[in-house]
Amino acid sequence: MVNKLLEVKGLKTYFHTFKGTVKAVDGISFSLNRGEILGIVGESGGGKSVAGFSIMKLIEEPGFIQAGEIIFQGEDINRKNEREMKDIRGKDIAMIFQDPMTSLNPLYTIYQQLEEVLKLHSKMGAKARRERCIELLNQVGIPQPADRLNSYPHQFSGGMRQRVIIAIALAAKPKLIIADEPTTALDVTIQAQILQLLKRLVQENNSSLILITHDLAVVSQMVDKIIVMYCGKILEQGKIDDIIYQPAHPYTSGLLNSIPRLRDQKKRLEQIPGIVPNMFQLPAGCNFAPRCRCFRDKCLVDQPEIATIEKEHGVACHFPLLEVGRI
Amino acid sequence: MTKLKIGVLSASVNAENKWSQFLQSEFYFNYKRNIAAIAGTILIILFLLMATVGPLLVPQNPYNLQEISILDAYKPPAWAEDGELRYLLGTDSQGRDILSSIVYGTRVSLFIGITGMLFSCIIGTVLGLVAGFFGGKIDSLIMRIADIQLSFPATLIALFIMSISGRGIVNLLIALTLVGWVIYARTVRGATLAEKKKEYIEAVKVIGLPNYKILFKHILPNVFTSTIVIATIQVGSFVLTEATLSFLGVGVPVTRPSLGLLVKNGYDVLFSGLWWASTFPGLFIMLLVFGINMLGDFMRDELNPRLK
Repeated sequence: MVNKLLEVKGLKTYFHTFKGTVKAVDGISFSLNRGEILGIVGESGGGKSVAGFSIMKLIEEPGFIQAGEIIFQGEDINRKNEREMKDIRGKDIAMIFQDPMTSLNPLYTIYQQLEEVLKLHSKMGAKARRERCIELLNQVGIPQPADRLNSYPHQFSGGMRQRVIIAIALAAKPKLIIADEPTTALDVTIQAQILQLLKRLVQENNSSLILITHDLAVVSQMVDKIIVMYCGKILEQGKIDDIIYQPAHPYTSGLLNSIPRLRDQKKRLEQIPGIVPNMFQLPAGCNFAPRCRCFRDKCLVDQPEIATIEKEHGVACHFPLLEVGRI
Repeated sequence: MTKLKIGVLSASVNAENKWSQFLQSEFYFNYKRNIAAIAGTILIILFLLMATVGPLLVPQNPYNLQEISILDAYKPPAWAEDGELRYLLGTDSQGRDILSSIVYGTRVSLFIGITGMLFSCIIGTVLGLVAGFFGGKIDSLIMRIADIQLSFPATLIALFIMSISGRGIVNLLIALTLVGWVIYARTVRGATLAEKKKEYIEAVKVIGLPNYKILFKHILPNVFTSTIVIATIQVGSFVLTEATLSFLGVGVPVTRPSLGLLVKNGYDVLFSGLWWASTFPGLFIMLLVFGINMLGDFMRDELNPRLK
């Protein structure tokens, strides 16, 4: 299909450590169309970030992409060498990190850091670059951008720095942006602003966005599709409405139930009991079974494969909350 | 045109800003209150003046045979009996003025100390950056060489190299560099390991910046502070090492004596009662190293966040 920007098939990223192999990403598949926003949700240690870094091919030792294809614009990223990847990074795929406080080099001005991407990935002259930088800062909503260009990161607040980082990510008009928990380190009041901004800019540039987060509430306002990851595997994937209103996996529904609601009269917030299992010793059956509120014997021995229950709505569960095949 | 003017103007304003920023910084604030640091700076400036314009002021070029006279040999310092005002600190066995010798010797000593420091700093920093950034085999290789080298005293290694390669300023610089790079490599490697895990390094990887640019543009400036401290103190230690080597007869050539060689020359006649020929050069070595170390200690305390 022409419209398909990214297709990940059976991606496995393993870390071979002294204590054993960690299957950080274990056979995930998904696809992303142009202009679409995909949310990857899950608890800490679920392999979300590793999935993001795998797409950039920035997995460092002892990690390796064990198997799978990452087809970006019709070409397999896994087969590309480091030099080809350097052209793709920043130009076609950009990334936004969690902590705006540490994502900018303290020793260079905002301008120098913004310009770097343009120097690398465009043939603009110095004057054009400067204008583009001002335009970018303007786009991300930094007032008086021309005056702010020569500021250093420490003169900016967290929210403004995250705006600058978004500007850097957008600089070369990438086709895909991977945002790894872009609002986690920010004030709640700023979070919404930044997310709105990100969404608007992605739509204006007709880019696609992969939003990695542990916050389902954040995702639900932003994205078109959701992937729920747990221990390196996809538990459920589908369109936003399917996931939010008809979660099929007990884990997804657990996550949804543990979002606090203001008007709820309940005394205690619901939670998913237990913690994420040790990645060195994953359970034999379904990874989530030990914490699942409706597990049965089969779940402890047999690992469920992902099955489609509706168009584009898939779930990896032996006993999904909705019957498989229901239309 | 106007744009150009504004550019020039803003550049000069920028420089002025930087200077006034420095005057308002904590570094300068503490510096003003640290007598040792100021004394060290004054000493260093005096020595630098001595090395640059000193030769114009002293009565003779002690290594120009036409300017010296054997008849003036073994003159004591000016204040002693038989002393001459012309030879303020006395003369040596060839009739060379000690003060003039010291001025010329300081030149050689400082040149060797600073150049040796620069070479080891550059080589050590680059190796440390590479080792820390790339890790793996290259890291192990560089660091094992460093470890082996650190298990011998620096002077011993330098002595060994010099006795193979023979006297000479170039040989001396090579020996000092081979001895001195280790400390930079280790420090810079450690700092690089810490720095490369920070998100802004990930962030520039993500925009596809080539490795050498990440290394030299983003990591190097952030690990440079520790290097400055080592570099300052190392100039002092190199002056000493050079003096030691020259004293032992394997350092600079006789034709261009450094302070260390002057001490040695004087030492030969020390027990005949000609104390000034070796005492004064020794005193100057002490003052020079003392000044450098005082400034270096202050910088170490200031620039090392762990000691704050």
